[in-house]
Amino acid sequence: MEKFVQIERVGQTFDTKKGKFVALRQIDLTIKQGEFIALIGHSGCGKSTLLNLIAGLTKPTDGVLLLEGREINGPGPERAVVFQNHSLLPWLTCFENIYLAVERVCGSKEGKPKLKARTQAAIELVGLAHAAHKYPHEISGGMKQRVGIARALSMEPKVLLMDEPFGALDALTRAKLQDELMKICEKTKATVVMVTHDVDEAVLLSDRIVMMTNGPAATIGEVLEVNLPRPRQRLTLAHDPAYINCRAAVLEFLYEKQAHVEKEAA
Amino acid sequence: MSTMTMNGEFGAKKPLDRSITTSKPVAEAVAEPVKETKMENVAAVAVGTPIGEKLGALGRAVLPPVLGMLILLGIWYVATHKGGSIPGPAQTWDAAVALFSDPFYRNGPNDQGIGWNVLSSLQRVGIGFGFAALVGIPLGFILGRSAFLAAMVNPIISLLRPVSPLAWLPIGLLVFKKADPAATYTIFICSIWPMIMNTAQGVQRVPQDYLNVARVLALSEWKVVTKILFPAVLPYMLTGIRLSIGTAWLVIVAAEMLTGGVGIGFWVWDEWNNLKVEHIIIAIFVIGIVGLILEQALILLAKKLTKESS
Repeated sequence: MEKFVQIERVGQTFDTKKGKFVALRQIDLTIKQGEFIALIGHSGCGKSTLLNLIAGLTKPTDGVLLLEGREINGPGPERAVVFQNHSLLPWLTCFENIYLAVERVCGSKEGKPKLKARTQAAIELVGLAHAAHKYPHEISGGMKQRVGIARALSMEPKVLLMDEPFGALDALTRAKLQDELMKICEKTKATVVMVTHDVDEAVLLSDRIVMMTNGPAATIGEVLEVNLPRPRQRLTLAHDPAYINCRAAVLEFLYEKQAHVEKEAA
Repeated sequence: MSTMTMNGEFGAKKPLDRSITTSKPVAEAVAEPVKETKMENVAAVAVGTPIGEKLGALGRAVLPPVLGMLILLGIWYVATHKGGSIPGPAQTWDAAVALFSDPFYRNGPNDQGIGWNVLSSLQRVGIGFGFAALVGIPLGFILGRSAFLAAMVNPIISLLRPVSPLAWLPIGLLVFKKADPAATYTIFICSIWPMIMNTAQGVQRVPQDYLNVARVLALSEWKVVTKILFPAVLPYMLTGIRLSIGTAWLVIVAAEMLTGGVGIGFWVWDEWNNLKVEHIIIAIFVIGIVGLILEQALILLAKKLTKESS
């Protein structure tokens, strides 16, 4: 599907104590089914605001967002979110956290054994079968984030939304999870929108990188096609001229074209 | 109850002193061999240290409260040993022994053992408190979820909360026409405010992240309450319950003095009319100890429940 997610002339204005604050303006973006999109930009540029709009957690003040031609009118499991801080419920085990989502999405048409099998499959997908019955506070940050991803994937969402999912992790864990995510996406053919501030992550994972201008009143500055064949290997890519060019293009956007805007604003 | 504490104080004194004197040499003996670093000594240390430290820690933990109690007894003794209307520790002790030898006797409605009096007070607190929980906790949830209702009800709560529950007693008597439900009703009134307020505060403080999860999953309101709100609010609720039970136990004594019947508060008043002052002092101890047990039991419960859910 060529027009899976459509974002048309979307703007977001917040009412604050100091008056109106324009966070986003004139956002136009079309996402194909199975595409991996990275949203990148300096902090405060409204990346997460845009993601929340796709999730339906907030409603746009201007324009419209469509999924498969239908207006996005609120949050729902078809647009699963992996939150930045994992947001697992601390009083449920990893298994129960995922089960809660599985039960909600598939509970009406499937029996308990099938739901449990689904939950188990989701845990195995992220390689955490051994920690299924541990509580979130008993496992590491990387493992928590994997449970968060498993929870989102278990809902079999049409679009997987990720809000800086690996931002709080150390570099080694982050690399490992990026590799796992690539494999999972290949397997599930998921459509993904990921907010990130990590240039390497954006180039490694995505088909297109959406670069945003600085806020306030941020909008899409440039969209970069990442034409690197899949499956991608982190090590071979490091010397690939195409990869290096993409990386340079994003860096140039962030630190040359948008850097001075930040100074003007400050 | 007071029998036990008195026994504890006098009995514990000697073994305690011994434990302190023995623990210190052990600690010194530990320090020296380590400097010499002889293997045999190190082995002996490994065994000796934990015991010595434990005894020392026990001493430090037990000594100050026991000392405090002894000083209290001492002041009480000095203040009363010249005679006067207030009985001394020894007199009270004798009365307590006689009283607790038969705590559950019944000679008609106005003369029953102290055990029955305490139990019927606890029953009133239990019923009033239970109704307060049944009403207060759901109300707290509703106020926490709806800003409009909270803004509507909060001024009323602010107005009524500082009112002594005893001021409600005549209304209770008027409505129920009987002393017993009226006393229970005052407990209900005084218990309900902390429960409403703490529950509502807990609901308002549920992290937005958890609520976002609920929204993305599009959970039913029932699931939101059972899987997210209730576990998140539980610690606040337990704080409310703990505050309530403390107040309820304070109020019941006063309420029973006014309503009569069977109960520890009424018993205090009755013994005052009989001029058995040593019984009043015993009652003070009993009330204190029961209150302490209630509070500690709830703290224990809170620890257990929140440990499971954290």
